[in-house]
Amino acid sequence: MIVLAAVFNLNHPAHTVDWHFIHLSVANVVVIGLMFVVFALAIALPFPGAERRRRALK
Amino acid sequence: MSRLARLVHPKDDTQAWKGRYYPYDLVKELVIAVGVILVIVVLLTVLLSSPDDKPSTIAQWSKQKPVDFVTTAITELDGTSATAEYGPPYNHRSGSVQHFFILHPQRWLGVSHPIDTERDFVLDPLRKVTSTPALQAAVSQYEAAPKNQKAQWTEAYAKPLEETATAEEEKKQPPGTVSESNGSVVVKPSGDAGPVPVLMGALLLAAQSGALDGDLLTSGQFYQTDYTKPLLFMADGGLLDERAEQQHLLGKQWGLMNETGSYPGQPWLWLYALWYQVEPMKSSPNADIQVLLIMALMSLAFICIPIIPGVRDLPRRIPIYRLIWREHYRSLGTGS
Amino acid sequence: MSVAEPAGVEPQASAVERKHESWTARVREAAVDALPPEKLLPDGQPTYVASWIYLFGVASIASLVVIIASGSILALKGPAWWHFTGVGHFFNSIHLWAVELFFFVMVVHLWGKYWVAAWRGGRVRVWITGAIIFLIAIPTALTGYVSQQNFDAQWISTQAKDALNSVGVGAFFNVTNFGQMYSWHVLLFPLAVVALVAGHVLLVRTHGVVPPFELQKRLELAGARAGDPSAGAGAGGRDGGGGGGA
Repeated sequence: MIVLAAVFNLNHPAHTVDWHFIHLSVANVVVIGLMFVVFALAIALPFPGAERRRRALK
Repeated sequence: MSRLARLVHPKDDTQAWKGRYYPYDLVKELVIAVGVILVIVVLLTVLLSSPDDKPSTIAQWSKQKPVDFVTTAITELDGTSATAEYGPPYNHRSGSVQHFFILHPQRWLGVSHPIDTERDFVLDPLRKVTSTPALQAAVSQYEAAPKNQKAQWTEAYAKPLEETATAEEEKKQPPGTVSESNGSVVVKPSGDAGPVPVLMGALLLAAQSGALDGDLLTSGQFYQTDYTKPLLFMADGGLLDERAEQQHLLGKQWGLMNETGSYPGQPWLWLYALWYQVEPMKSSPNADIQVLLIMALMSLAFICIPIIPGVRDLPRRIPIYRLIWREHYRSLGTGS
Repeated sequence: MSVAEPAGVEPQASAVERKHESWTARVREAAVDALPPEKLLPDGQPTYVASWIYLFGVASIASLVVIIASGSILALKGPAWWHFTGVGHFFNSIHLWAVELFFFVMVVHLWGKYWVAAWRGGRVRVWITGAIIFLIAIPTALTGYVSQQNFDAQWISTQAKDALNSVGVGAFFNVTNFGQMYSWHVLLFPLAVVALVAGHVLLVRTHGVVPPFELQKRLELAGARAGDPSAGAGAGGRDGGGGGGA
């Protein structure tokens, strides 16, 4: 049986981000942080098709 | 329009769009989206895989921590374990029954999954070990005894185990009345323990052989998919807690949000996890119902955002929308 | 005579005769009235649909497609399979990461929709169905976690049972009962999610993508030109149509 191993092994106890009473795993902090980054990028980056929209408005 | 109606139905100056449209292929967009998501997911799979920590079994628990097993087993027999004292839906006790003022839903919904720990976790499994007449005689002796006699016997056996467990928790020298060798446990009872040492010794053997895992699962019928009994028995002991603490899964570790290993867990449960860390929920015996009621209210508020004054007006006041629709506004020539 | 025209039924029945048509015809008429094909599958969008944030709804659907596809493969081989083969573990990983991505893109989608107040113009039901999808996705994931048949499942079920018991739900929804949880996870919750997503998307198609806020300057100008039929401010939004291309 072929066992497909991961490139990175995450099967070790998590590191945590601790601040006062808040204790979050690094993985969760990364995910939440990424969500804010992706949201900011989504609203800031220009969306393709500007030429088609300009043509539509003419 | 009444004041309430005006509150719920704000003035909405949104007009139907009478402007231009441009070619936009929704089906192609969906196909591309599925492709992109698939690529990201396969990438994450190849790079990181997924966790799969093997489950604990009663056999493992009783072999790795025989004293903890016996300490738990005696509480199942004498009815002082967390499961034995739990209350609905398992029994009519009140050790873990929660309420919120006049709301007692746990009591109202009643005992739907009856568990009698003395019978289900100890005596019935021992009755199946028919090859040992001495054991069957001990079980019969115990079953025939009056309640206060049973209590005396179990108390005599439980006391040294409790003292040893307390000493270990407080990192003090244990009293020496409990010893373990080669997986078996020897307890020096504080008084006459009757047939209890025989029962506990036999239960430990049955657990270590793997028989108890099977017995607790298939009690009642051949086909089973309900793991409530073996899980509750194990959860009364210390092995699952120990593993959970190592993996940062305990409540005080915000474990609600976490996965085993270093994998991302359930970040969407952040608010649910947070309420358990603040007073009065943090130290309340009714923490669960309190937190669930708070989250139910907040979920309702989330659904009703369009009609909540203030919250529904924030998007207009904080103009993130100007960024999203900047091309549209520029095309109108009104600028920012 | 064609199948659509059984004996004795006039084609193109009048409005009065419509009341007496079959249920099938009535459902068809109602569906086509609410969502004519051009509105159900428009090949154009308003010119203000010009931001990456608009892609997070379809990204959520795409994630759900991958979740269901990978989940179907896991269901094909039964709940124990993925523990013992590399291929099984591969599909379990796909399923898990698709779930993480689903919540990720769904939350970014809801943030985007909040900040444009997407419930305006008669679109409150779109918001409501969307919020409910998010809330239902949570117990859907929970039933999945307790169906893993590993240590994580053991821990989550023995912990979650206390919360559910405290509100009485544990009396009929037993997280330590694998058979029950697996059934809810594989059939009942996915059905609910898919039905809600379908309703949500059909409502979006019915009302169209919410138009931009009118800028204050335009509203003031419109107010100054009061009486001009092309003026902006007015109550209520009529349904925006999804129309054809430019």
